[in-house]
Amino acid sequence: MTLAQIRDLRVGATTDSGRKVQIIRGVSLDIAPGEIVALIGESGSGKTTIALSLMGHCRPGCHIASGSVMVDGVDMATAPERQRAALRGTTVAYVPQSAAAAFNPATRLIDQVIEVARIHDLMPMDQARAKAVEVFRALALPDPETIGDRYPHQVSGGQLQRLAAAMALIGDPKLVIFDEPTTALDVTTQIEVLRAFKSVMKAGGMAGVYVSHDLAVVAQIADRIVVLKGGEVQEEGTADQILHRATHPYTKSLLAAFHPAPRATAVAPSKTVAALEVQNVTAGYGMGRDGQPRKIALENVSCRLDKGRNLGVIGESGSGKSTLARAIAGLLPPVKGRIMLDGHLMEPSSRARSKEDLRRLQIVFQLADTALNPAQSVGDIIGRPLTFYHGTKGAARQARVAQLLDMVRLPQAMRHRLPGELSGGQKQRVNLARALAADPEVILCDEITSALDTVVAASVIELLKDLQRDLNLSYVFISHDLSTVEAICDEVMVMHHGRVVETLPADRLTQARDPYSKLLFSSVPQLDTGWLDRMPLRAAI
Amino acid sequence: MSQALSLRNLSPRNMGWHVSPVGVLAACVIAFWAVMAMVGPWIAPHPPGQIVDYDFFGPLSAEYPLGTDYLGRDMLSRVLAGARFTVGISLAAVMLACTAGIVLGMAAAVLGGWTDTAISRVLDAVSSIPSKLFGLVVVAAIGSSIPVLIGVLAVVYTPGSYRFARALAVNVNTMDYVTVARARGERTAYLIRAEIMPNILGPVLADMGLRFVFIVLMLSGLSFLGLGVQPPNADWGSLVRENMGGLSFGAPAVIMPSIAIATLTISVNLLIDNLPTRIRDRSE
Amino acid sequence: MNPQVLTLILGRIGVAVVTLLIVSLIVFAATEMLPGDVVQILLGQAATPEAVAGLRQAMNLDQPAIMRFAGWLGGLAQGDLGHSYANRMAVAELIGGRLANTLKLAALTAGFSVPIALMLGITTAIWRGSLFDRAVSSIVVAVISVPEFLVATLAVLVFAVWLGWLPALSFGGDTSDIWAVLRAYAMPVITLSFVVSAQMIRMTRAAVIETLKAPYVEMAFLKGASRSRMVLRHALPNAIGPIVNAMALSLSYLLGGVIIVETIFNYPGIAKLMVDAVSTRDLPLIQGCAMIFCLGYLTLITIADVVAILANPRLRH
Repeated sequence: MTLAQIRDLRVGATTDSGRKVQIIRGVSLDIAPGEIVALIGESGSGKTTIALSLMGHCRPGCHIASGSVMVDGVDMATAPERQRAALRGTTVAYVPQSAAAAFNPATRLIDQVIEVARIHDLMPMDQARAKAVEVFRALALPDPETIGDRYPHQVSGGQLQRLAAAMALIGDPKLVIFDEPTTALDVTTQIEVLRAFKSVMKAGGMAGVYVSHDLAVVAQIADRIVVLKGGEVQEEGTADQILHRATHPYTKSLLAAFHPAPRATAVAPSKTVAALEVQNVTAGYGMGRDGQPRKIALENVSCRLDKGRNLGVIGESGSGKSTLARAIAGLLPPVKGRIMLDGHLMEPSSRARSKEDLRRLQIVFQLADTALNPAQSVGDIIGRPLTFYHGTKGAARQARVAQLLDMVRLPQAMRHRLPGELSGGQKQRVNLARALAADPEVILCDEITSALDTVVAASVIELLKDLQRDLNLSYVFISHDLSTVEAICDEVMVMHHGRVVETLPADRLTQARDPYSKLLFSSVPQLDTGWLDRMPLRAAI
Repeated sequence: MSQALSLRNLSPRNMGWHVSPVGVLAACVIAFWAVMAMVGPWIAPHPPGQIVDYDFFGPLSAEYPLGTDYLGRDMLSRVLAGARFTVGISLAAVMLACTAGIVLGMAAAVLGGWTDTAISRVLDAVSSIPSKLFGLVVVAAIGSSIPVLIGVLAVVYTPGSYRFARALAVNVNTMDYVTVARARGERTAYLIRAEIMPNILGPVLADMGLRFVFIVLMLSGLSFLGLGVQPPNADWGSLVRENMGGLSFGAPAVIMPSIAIATLTISVNLLIDNLPTRIRDRSE
Repeated sequence: MNPQVLTLILGRIGVAVVTLLIVSLIVFAATEMLPGDVVQILLGQAATPEAVAGLRQAMNLDQPAIMRFAGWLGGLAQGDLGHSYANRMAVAELIGGRLANTLKLAALTAGFSVPIALMLGITTAIWRGSLFDRAVSSIVVAVISVPEFLVATLAVLVFAVWLGWLPALSFGGDTSDIWAVLRAYAMPVITLSFVVSAQMIRMTRAAVIETLKAPYVEMAFLKGASRSRMVLRHALPNAIGPIVNAMALSLSYLLGGVIIVETIFNYPGIAKLMVDAVSTRDLPLIQGCAMIFCLGYLTLITIADVVAILANPRLRH
């Protein structure tokens, strides 16, 4: 007995340029009642497309080419629209990735939560409201009686995500689709939301499809895991099978990427001059009347990066970690404090710094998509710092560009390409090559692996390590992801609300003393199906 | 397989350079009027100013394919000669307006702060004078001549072009590659020239086309009110004005110049709507 | 209303007032550029030097431009627009009746075109890509692409020349018969409505399409909502700001269109008055009319801004 059955599903899509491609190539899948199945894969694997097909929905530009999607006895691929609409919200419900965008900003939360009951005329409105409060309580939402009277912008991201789940559960669906519901959340919030999801799903005996790119998250909630790549199923098995006895090479590479090799040869901390030293820096946005920033983003931050070593800066959104990078680079001149490069005091603003100071400190940004000028060829992008800092031109510049491409392991021919023609990993390598072109001593890496798929991110980390060995670089590595920071850094600095919470050696993170860093470190999901259940309930801090 | 695929991807259609038949037709009409603006007076069958027919408001005939006007002049010749004024003045004005708008827009976006506020405020004020009214006032004050017309049209349409270019440039300016260039120590001129401009050029050119349409319409409107191109010269708007007397009985002389304007403006609009998405879309 | 909203709205109004000041400066400066001596023109070549000097002093022309600007601005604030050069009548008086006529024309046009344009803009957005949408959109592009006088010309050809329903280029003086009044207003109103509606349909359609793309509309779809519910409950409440903005901007096209339409149909409105003033170079009259047009335009834009602020749920709640 299955609740939902996908057979040989093929979904076609028309790209912006009018080309037709197949994005799902013959996927078959069964979901039993009460079972939670995870669809795991990287961007472009088709996981969301498959999940939405269970609701009989394709995003604009896509269409179901062939195959069947039986849900509770109805073929969502071919049933008339009226019949499909009748099942949406009642039999199959959807929890979106970004609840912030999925709530109508102009309507009260409660009205949106019980809208399913109104549309399908499931019960009287009073009863629906009472039921919503019950679901709010089950999801551990604060003030369950009154939270529904607020508007979407008046509650936090984690609460909104749980309210989105309540919206899905109100119609007592048999199948709930979770589309990366915790990806946009911070780890300390994610753990609460995951726990709430898990308990209501178990209590209600509902089946679920959990779409995610994160194996560790999925391991906590799914009974079965389906690994997808390029619109095809790679491997399928129970959560334990996939985590511990994976057979497919792709699954193995995903698992391997989860535990990047730790940094092998660290240079001992020296007592001599630091490569980079930040002393009591305060910075913020918007200039107030008294010369102080209107919104302080960094307060009294100090840190030290020794030559040949790496400093990890970790924190959640709003912790000020990216602001720190901008302050060091002089893009957001600090209002207080000093920044020393190799023992020499630098001007606060990049505009006032000498070309030599600028050259020695380079910054690499998170999104390679926006970090490369789409109108310039790779050769020009990498070549510009050569001309700008070293005055290299003509054949010498060409030769050096070739050398740099080689260093980041990209083929020579790539220099004629435009960024739009490269993959995410290739773009990030070009991004690095441009920083290397300056012959820097310190590179600020701002979340440079966050937007990449796990396997690609792991290879970029390896590249960073190799470059460091060859070029005697020092990195400031900013990230929200603990495992990447652990993999490359010698020391880890934890930031929260614009302040430094604690600085620890990377191999002794378990010895954290501050309650916030303890919470942060322990909130990172582990590749272990029992991790979430073992975690103690968090005491509010 | 992947090699074959990537080669196939290189065809213009797959690169996003798909061009629709409507777009091609529109481009042909525009090209036709562009050529006429250059050679019109020389290939006109009759001298545009000469009275060739004793019958005024004459009908379409083999001798006078577009009929004759209120004085009995050949309409075909007058429309061909008018192309030079309508297309030429509009083109000059749109060039001036967009160059000024784009340069100011990019400068405002990159420099930000005080410069941005000052430029934006002044141009906002200019744009809150309805365009026709502005034309009326200036033409009333200093009289109408071709340089004055070009100047007025350019001033009227600079704020719109500025606002469009600035919005695009502000978007590009927040991109990390501009920040990287800034952190590298690049000068403002380099930021504008190499980082911003190439990335707003496509949409800005499309916008220039739309603005050209507005300018043609406004020039025709001014001429229609008698404030545009002055006799003995006549652009298409003046031709409609001259021949308004024939309207009550539907004379070709009043319809034909109107059709000339419509073919030009509609073609530009259609061409822009059918431009390859790569050019038209605001850069992602 | 919370203080934040109030501050924003007051800010908008403040900006409008400052803009109006800059505009008045531009209008004043533009009319100052008039070549030749006004007094000389007014009195003719035969005037004695004493008469010229007297009139010059009477008109304050002997004072520096900045003083005259201040004086003019001061008068403006008290509703004194100066006196016409042509017939020495008070400009305010000349404008008064004409303004009412133009407002009547504008009100009729707005009353006629706003409901139609709203309906067409929203329905074309809902049935985007349908035959209906493509037909309406093609007509809209055509109307936007042609000058107002061409629309007027075509309207005359169709309704007056071919169908013979309405009088062509004359504006009747008989206002006792309601049917005659309607017939008299029909041509200008039809012409203006076409021009204004085209703009409005285009912008409303774009605004609704933009909101229909929002994730919360897809979410409503995934809750099983019908198409009409998605549009009426989820898209429209969030599109009010952009739609009102679109309407205000389109109505500002009235100001440009009215100049052409009043001229063609010989309609005794303020725009016709201004065009006539331009031909007689009647400076105070031109200045007065120009300020009224700019005031109208700024009022529309400011209303649009204020509505956009009020329609934003994040600010309202």
